[in-house]
Amino acid sequence: MAELHVELVAADRKVWSGAATIVVARTASGDIGIQPGHTPVLSVLESGPVTIRLADGGTVIAAVHGGFISFADNKLSLLAEIAELADEIDVARAERALDRARHETDEHAERRAEVRLVAASHRAA
Amino acid sequence: MGAQLRVYKRRIRSVSATKKITKAMEMISASRIVKAQRAVAASTPYGNELTRAVTAVATRSNAKHPLTTENPSATRAAVLLVTADRGLAGGYSSNAIKAATELSDRLRAEGKEVVTYIVGRKGVGFYSFRNRPVAESWTGFSDKPTYSDAKNVAATLITAFVTDTADGGVDELHIVSTEFVSMLTQNAVDARLLPLHLDEVAEEREESAKAEIFPLYDFEPSAEGVLDALLPRYVESRIYNALLQSAASEHAARRRAMKSATDNAEELIKSLTRLANSARQAEITQEISEIVGGANALADASAGSD
Repeated sequence: MAELHVELVAADRKVWSGAATIVVARTASGDIGIQPGHTPVLSVLESGPVTIRLADGGTVIAAVHGGFISFADNKLSLLAEIAELADEIDVARAERALDRARHETDEHAERRAEVRLVAASHRAA
Repeated sequence: MGAQLRVYKRRIRSVSATKKITKAMEMISASRIVKAQRAVAASTPYGNELTRAVTAVATRSNAKHPLTTENPSATRAAVLLVTADRGLAGGYSSNAIKAATELSDRLRAEGKEVVTYIVGRKGVGFYSFRNRPVAESWTGFSDKPTYSDAKNVAATLITAFVTDTADGGVDELHIVSTEFVSMLTQNAVDARLLPLHLDEVAEEREESAKAEIFPLYDFEPSAEGVLDALLPRYVESRIYNALLQSAASEHAARRRAMKSATDNAEELIKSLTRLANSARQAEITQEISEIVGGANALADASAGSD
């Protein structure tokens, strides 16, 4: 099966890189799924979970907040200001952050916390 | 113990206490340089990818953006000065301040009003002591900046840039920071961040990597939309990089300053020990001659009475 090379990069570190068969991410104009051989694309990412399916059937899920997705020459770059792999997410902390955000009616913080929890809930599955 | 000797002993004790402190600071800074350098290296992939994306948009579309439009009659320029929060770092902060002063003079000579923004307590102290106006300052993260710190700083500066000059905005943005060349060399440098020259970005890229031809990207939602989101991120990442480099430079400068302080203390202890030794010798010699003198006097006196 054809594969594409994925680099998931946060502002302060490289989060994940490797080969994948399909990557699904949420952009400003809706969800986008990228498979090998996709036409070159450069788009703005929304806060949301990113799903990376590996050739061996495994899945990597990450929560990203703001950034870009660019694909060319079978190389996919996901640039995010903040990116966390599902395994790294501290659920208790995210829940606390969600409560606090709801309390302070901070929409951005609420969305960030929700995305974290969604990504974290996929990891068990 | 004689008074002279006691004074020397006391000074040796005090200098060795200082030496212990400077030695500890030297070792702490040495370990932090490595961490700071690692942070710089870790942020490079993001910066590179972002530069690539900006170049791709710039070469494939003629989109105009407020952040790239130059005002031909610029009258107000902002200068962001990056200094340390804490002292004992040799000439680190003063070199950056000197570079900022030179830049401000140059801008004023071009007929521009200079608005100063400062990162770090040392720069704030310098400006407030001289009653120079500071538009805004940020402190508390100079030795370990995070991306959200850079985002804060960038947000203020971008707002100032897009505001009309008449309403207190600025036409240009310069940044003065310290470039980390090596453990021994750190240079205070100034660079113009805004308005952005997309050609310059492309040139820089060509210098750093071999030129590549960009594929025909599909921009979503549109080239302008992508540029709108991309450019502020680019400015943020440039500021983040400047903060990280400055932090690494700060630690390197402090390590060097503390190393020479430790060396000087060692030297001082050595010469003070010599002086203390000779003071002790002098004391002993004097005691002996007093005893001998006293014995002679006694012998003379008893010889006279016989």
